[in-house]
This record gives sequence, structure tokens and C-alpha cells, in this order.
Amino acid sequence: MSRLRHPWAVARGLGSAKEGVAHWWAQRVSAGALLFLVPWFVVTVVGLLGVDAENARATLASPLNATLMLAFVLAVTWHARLGLQVVIEDYIHTPWLEVALQLAVKFAYALAAIASVLAIGRIAFTA
Amino acid sequence: MATPKRPLSPFMIGPYYRPQITSMLSIAHRATGVVNALGVLAMAWWLVALAAGGDTYARFAAVADSLPGRVALFGFAATLVYHLLNGMRHLFWDAGLGFEIPQVYRSGYAVIALAAVLTAALWYVGARIGGAA
Repeated sequence: MSRLRHPWAVARGLGSAKEGVAHWWAQRVSAGALLFLVPWFVVTVVGLLGVDAENARATLASPLNATLMLAFVLAVTWHARLGLQVVIEDYIHTPWLEVALQLAVKFAYALAAIASVLAIGRIAFTA
Repeated sequence: MATPKRPLSPFMIGPYYRPQITSMLSIAHRATGVVNALGVLAMAWWLVALAAGGDTYARFAAVADSLPGRVALFGFAATLVYHLLNGMRHLFWDAGLGFEIPQVYRSGYAVIALAAVLTAALWYVGARIGGAA
């Protein structure tokens, strides 16, 4: 088998990074969760339009809503980060810019997830 | 290396092809995905403001409940719903289903129609159960 590869290719050791399948599956599994969570999220957020802070917090603090909002936040930040990664890979071909954008996306969505989880916790435990 | 003179396949957007529902919906899937990703950051902002409560949330809610705020939220709902429905189309393709061209066109038009219906329906249900109409 190795005879079919040029020795230079073997020496460089490039080729498949062998971790694309995990990304592909994570994108689909999070999509499956979001099929159910997105309709709930839209209805809930529209329902909270024009509701004051106290009542909105009380609504989100119910065990069911807090659980679903946590699930939505985790699934959607993961799905968004995976998707933006592919968009950047496809269109940005300046090496330093691509690395900078990939890191910025990873950090931005990690921070968004952490801030959202903390916020839901504060709402659930203090409303 | 010299570039040989050879025919190139033209890019799908531009003067060479008529717009086709296949390529247009594919581009729309990417575009709505990017918009949704930005909306996710707005969602985090909303949750943080709601956790802070009081005046912080009152200021956020005043923007969100204004006409531009509602238009932006409706647009976010529409891009979420479109991406969800077209994403289901992609999941069927991943399973090897619906690849015949007539099926691809039918599912494409179905996604456009259902996105409009489902966005309106979710907005209606949300407004009915919520305090604001």
C-alpha cells in the first residue's frame, strides 16, 4: 500500500487529519437536537416580548424552561461554532487571517455559551 | 507551472447560469446559518441582560420590543426556521434519500413554502401564549 505513495508524500506526513468524521457527526447530532429546540425557543422568546424582567425571569426559571433553554444554548453554540468553522475554511485562504478568525470564533462561542449558562443559572436559582 | 488553456466551469453565480433553486437554496442555507450564528450572540446578550434584571433588562427590552427590534427578531425567527427546514432536507440527503432531480426541486419549493408558514405559525403561537400580541 505504501508503495503507491510517493516517498516525498510519506516524508511530509500530510493527508487526512483523521478527525473530520467527529466534526461531521457533531454537526448532525446537534442539528437533530435543534429540530425540536428551535421551535420551542422561537415560541418562548416571542412570548416574552413586552414582558417585564420579573415575569420573564419567573417564566424561564421553571424547571422545564430552564432545562430546555440550557439544552438550546449548548446545542446552538456548538452547532454555530462548527458551522462557522467550515465557512471560514471554505472562503478564507490567507493563513494568518484564517487562524485568527478560527480562534476568534472558538473563543466567542465558548464565551457566549459560558455567559448564557451562568445567566440561566442565576435566573433559575434566584427568580 | 504553466497554466494550460483549457475550458473552465463557470461559477454558479454570475451571468453564466440562470438562478437555480438548487444553488440558491444552498447559498441561502449558508447565509442563514451565518445570520443565525450572529443571532446566537444576541441571544447570549439577552440572557445576560435578563439575569441582571431591573434597569439593565428594561433598557434591553425597550430595544427588543421596538418596531426595529421586532422586525429583527422576526427576521431571526425566519432564518432559524428556514435553516431548520432546509437542514432536514440535508439530513435526508445524508441518509441517501431524495436525490432525484424532481424530488430535489419538490423538497426545495416545499422548504420555501413551509418556512413561511412555520415562521408565521410559531410567531402566532408565541404571541398568543405571551403577554404581548
